[in-house]
Amino acid sequence: MSSLRGNAASVRPEPKVTIMSTLPTIRRLLAGAAAAALALGVAAAQAETLLNVSYDPTRELYREVNEAFAARWTAEGHEAPQIEASHGGSGSQARAVIDGLNAQVVTLALASDIDKIAEAGKLPADWQSKLPHNSSPYTSTIVFLVREGNAEGIRDWGDLVKDGVEVITPNPKTSGGARWNYLAAWAWAEKNGQDPQTFVGALFRNVPVLDSGARGSTTTFAQRGIGDVLLAWENEAHLALKELGEDQFDIVVPSVSILAEPPVAIVEANIASDAQRELANAYLDFLYAPEGQALAYKHFYRAWDASAANPEDVARFPKLELVTIEDFGGWSKAQPEHFGDGGIFDQIYVPR
Amino acid sequence: MGRPLIHRSPMPGLGLSMGITLTMLSLVVLLPIGALLWRGASFGPGNIWEVVNRPRVWAALFLSFRLSLLAALFNLVFGVLLAWVLVRYRFPGRRLLDAAVDLPFALPTAVAGIALTALYAPNGFFGAPLAALGIKIAYTQWGILIALIFVGLPFVTRTVQPVIGEIDREVEEASATLGARRLYTLRRVIAPMLAPAALTGFALALARAVGEYGSVIFIAGNIPLVTEIAPLLIVIQLEEFNYDAATAIGIAMLLISFAMLMAINLIQVWSRRRIGHV
Repeated sequence: MSSLRGNAASVRPEPKVTIMSTLPTIRRLLAGAAAAALALGVAAAQAETLLNVSYDPTRELYREVNEAFAARWTAEGHEAPQIEASHGGSGSQARAVIDGLNAQVVTLALASDIDKIAEAGKLPADWQSKLPHNSSPYTSTIVFLVREGNAEGIRDWGDLVKDGVEVITPNPKTSGGARWNYLAAWAWAEKNGQDPQTFVGALFRNVPVLDSGARGSTTTFAQRGIGDVLLAWENEAHLALKELGEDQFDIVVPSVSILAEPPVAIVEANIASDAQRELANAYLDFLYAPEGQALAYKHFYRAWDASAANPEDVARFPKLELVTIEDFGGWSKAQPEHFGDGGIFDQIYVPR
Repeated sequence: MGRPLIHRSPMPGLGLSMGITLTMLSLVVLLPIGALLWRGASFGPGNIWEVVNRPRVWAALFLSFRLSLLAALFNLVFGVLLAWVLVRYRFPGRRLLDAAVDLPFALPTAVAGIALTALYAPNGFFGAPLAALGIKIAYTQWGILIALIFVGLPFVTRTVQPVIGEIDREVEEASATLGARRLYTLRRVIAPMLAPAALTGFALALARAVGEYGSVIFIAGNIPLVTEIAPLLIVIQLEEFNYDAATAIGIAMLLISFAMLMAINLIQVWSRRRIGHV
């Protein structure tokens, strides 16, 4: 690069000199601009930046993780990093990265969304094997949120298809969380000798409002007073209890649910330098370190390593039978079969 | 460049202003629509038809266009009435009311949607008494209609207002002195003068309602075949990374909108010819 610039200068030295000498004002301006560019360049080299593109309910988690990680990274003798997080629906966030959002790290709700980014060539196809636990530093599951007193007596998935029970869930076509809701219901029906397609169909016929995202459904249920039961992320349900008052809602844990694994990955194509790669690696490793894991527990996620966590945070999670996405043949099979165009979910509303 | 053009415009800077206009129009309007049509062309008309020709897509298109038409008709009647009151009568708070008409323009549509939902939900201010009567507004087609009326209201009022201001009262008085009754004056004197502007406002309100997403999404239940609007179907297809199907539905909406606007234009031409130039 420097040799190229040297060549260009040596080819036409004359005009440059003439302009510079005849227009001193411009020369001074240029010198000033060069100094400013230099200063900016130095500043950029000092503070590494990182953009974490994440999904909706992780706002509170990553706000704290980013602070804790920046403190740790500075304590290890590095310059203070600039870490930013962006939140939104998992699918639309994935699309933004595919379309050019300069994210170095993605932490999304579904592996299939990161698969789509990999298909666009931004990270290797085997990304999920790079980090422990299928690249999922924390997990969650699907539980029920009911109104205080649980007037409808909702205890398990079977109660959701009773006449007159109104169920609130986002649309599985637009919400990652809702896909887990749907698959958990499917798994329960299979284990309890019911035809899963009929059962899930009956469940969704009890849904009066299909919001496009998990937060929208929580609002519909909690603020608008629609429905008897909300199917929600466990962390979202706990957050709703904390924010909206424990005297208004109860969490009901069903007998069977699904292990939701929101995975994380480095977007190789968006790594600008070795220093940035080091930072991104350290950031993801931090999520697996005891300190990061403790934060995940604190924000109602089921993490793996409880060594540094507050025991109270860990004790909040009741044991229940959890199926995994592997029981459905992985996302690459479940996604088109259940949620694709004309898939099983579409057939609930428009029978073939 | 030697010879001057024969018909030079008396206004200076025609070339420059024309160039800027064409560039802006291309960048902002023609390129995006061109990209949509280009994508559709590479997808193929057969495939587009296959995507659109499904009960769920037809239901959504029918819902979107039917409710938009109803909302625009409502706005046509009440928008003209509102404009008439604002121009012709002097009453306390008129200026405030006049400014409030623009609110649907200024308010982010999501805010409007959330506010309307909060009001009309079964536990809301209007929703609760209506729910007691067994009437549901939010999360039904009525809710969608109210949101569409809200976002379209200013279009008719604002296009008709200056025209009403231009109408000479003498014309009405002349009609009255010639023995016309009030209704007759309204029908044969006032209405023809207002019709072109009102139709333009109607077309704008209609176009706005067809494309509306932000506010409707909160108040519609989004249940397939019942309260699912066509723009939501496009978003759903995008969510599945199915850009081609999204394009297909987008083109279908574009074609129907184009046909409707064309029809409105023809009516305008026809009414102008029938009534004569006003």
